[in-house]
Parts: sequence; structure tokens; C-alpha cells
Amino acid sequence: MTAGHLLAASQASSTGSSVTFWILAVISGVAGIGMVLARKAVYCAVLLAVVMLSLAILYAVAGAPFLAFVQIIVYTGAVLMLFLFVLMIVGVSARDSLRENIPGQRLGTAVAAIALFVLLLLVVGHAAIGPAGPATARYGTLNVQGLAQLIFTRYVFPFEATAALLITAALGAMVLAHRERLTPRPSQRDLSRERVASEHPTPLPGPGVFARHNAVDFPALLPDGTPSQLSVNPVIARASGGRLGHEPPSPGQLPPGNGTGADPGGAETEREEARP
Amino acid sequence: MSPANFVGLAVVLFVIGAVGVLVRRNALVIFMCVELMLNAVNLAFVGFARMHGNLDGQVIAFFVMVVAAAEVVVGLAILMTIFRTRRSASVDDANLLKY
Repeated sequence: MTAGHLLAASQASSTGSSVTFWILAVISGVAGIGMVLARKAVYCAVLLAVVMLSLAILYAVAGAPFLAFVQIIVYTGAVLMLFLFVLMIVGVSARDSLRENIPGQRLGTAVAAIALFVLLLLVVGHAAIGPAGPATARYGTLNVQGLAQLIFTRYVFPFEATAALLITAALGAMVLAHRERLTPRPSQRDLSRERVASEHPTPLPGPGVFARHNAVDFPALLPDGTPSQLSVNPVIARASGGRLGHEPPSPGQLPPGNGTGADPGGAETEREEARP
Repeated sequence: MSPANFVGLAVVLFVIGAVGVLVRRNALVIFMCVELMLNAVNLAFVGFARMHGNLDGQVIAFFVMVVAAAEVVVGLAILMTIFRTRRSASVDDANLLKY
């Protein structure tokens, strides 16, 4: 293989990597803008996953295979899953309000963003960013060994510091997420007493029974045709923003609050009509 | 690949993340935008590492990832605590220290 072959091969690979770069740059830029604009937090998380995955591929292209895998495992795998878990707890349906609490915030943000962009572009433009170095084995097969050599020799003190940081973070998260139980745990006797004392000693109706769908947010239909609000978990009812099922029943149709189907007025009128 | 392209993309992503931090109200989304900014900086580190022909930049990017993971854990725990007491994830509602 001559030098000309090598040059041609390196040029071909650089063309391929630049094509990869531009495709991924467009994808990650569009996903980033979409993340800022998306109103639902779940969409933001998914778009952030797109950005992170494309950055992982870019790391692989740039000769950092170890970082590419760490990016996928740590960021997309762990951090984003953590985000999604917290999102499920904190409330998926929570949307940003469109009201501006600080007057002129959007305008100020736009001006500041353009200023920051121009500033960074000037800095980057003035910096002498040279071409990529030769693609040695340190950016390929020997990448992990090279990183290990650096981490355990020159950067061993920061490495130990990150160990302390991780332990502190784990402890801090446990302390913050821990909730002290202030009242005694209700025993089985208490629970059964409470149940008998309530108006419903029997199990509550399941969702979707006798309704047209069996989704968990669809209230069951009682024999007289009224939807039973008792059949839907209040947490789900709150998450769906009060609109239960796909066809919200009209307010007059709903028995207020209890939803036991005991609608004496309606039943009476029906009986009255049926009599003659 | 050219490091200048990488740094340019890093600048774009960093500015997008900064705009998100300034504009959004949901604390979780603000956190995600901070993560985007950290990722942008990591991208610049990887590009510079390739330019200089050594692996120091990649090591720093690795440390940034570790610190970001720790930050996310603690930050989300704080968010959960705030949500538990205030029933809201909006940054506008946490204003007890305002005055």
C-alpha cells in the first residue's frame, strides 16, 4: 500500500465522517430547539435523548469510543431514566404556563442569547483551532488503555475526588428523598374498621367495567348508565386533568361526588315515564 | 472530522441550552437544558482532545459526566422535596426566599 492509497483512504474516511457530522449536527440542533419549544416535559426528555444519542455517535466519530459508550450508558441510560422517573412522580400533565411573570423576559432572553452566541462565535473564531491530529491507535483500539493510563496517573487525585463526590451525592439524595413517618402506620384492624365505617365496605368497582373501553382512566358504567367516578383511581383522574374517558359525560349526567349510581331523581322520573 | 466543526456545534447547543434555562418555567425542563449545556461543553472537549493529539480532553469530559450525574441525582432529589411540600414543579412557585 503506497502513501497515495493511504491518503485516499484517509480522505474517504474524512468525507464519511464529515457527512456523519453534518447529519448529526442537524439532528441534534433541531432536537435541541424542539426541546426548548416543546410544552410537555416528556417530549423534552425524549428530544434530549435524541441529542445525547447523536452526541454519542459524534464522540465515536471523533475518536472517543469509550466516551461514546459512557454517554449512552450514563446519560441516556441512567440520567434520562432518572428524569423520566421524577417526571412520572412530579406530574406528566404539568405544562408550562404561557404567562410571562417577568415583563419582557422573552425579549431579554432573545437579546441575551444572540449576544452570547455572537460572543462565543467571536471567541471560537479568534481561537486557532487547528485540524484534527493524526488518527492514531489512541483514538481507536487503544483508547481505553490511554484513558486509564491518564486517569490513574496524572488525574488520580480528581478521580479520588469524584469518588467522594459520588458517595456524597448518593447520601444527599437519600437524605433528601427520605420522608420521616410522623404518624403510626395503620394496622389491618384500623384499615378494616375504616372500611366498614365508610359507605363502601365492598371493593370499589374496577375501571371500564360495562363501559366501552377497559382503559384505567375510563370510568365504569353503572347499570343505570351513569359513569362511576369511584372506579377510577383519583391519581389517574388528576393526571388526566379531570377529563376521564374519551367521551366526558355531561355534568348533569354525573351524580355529584359519590358516583354510586344512586340517582333517585333520575330513577324516579324514568319509573314515572314507564308507568303509563 | 474537523475540531472547528465540533466547537461550532458545541456553541450552538450551548446557546440553545442557555435559552431553555432562561425561558422555561418547569424546573425539570430547566435541568434538562443544563444537561444539554454540559453535553455541549463535553463535545468541545472531545474536539479539542482530537486537535491536540492527546487524551486529556477526553478525561476531562469523563469527569464532567461524573459530576453531571451526581448533580442530577441531588438536583432531582431537591425537586422531589420541593414538589412534596409545594405541589408544584414550577420555578415561579418557589419564592419563599424572594424578599
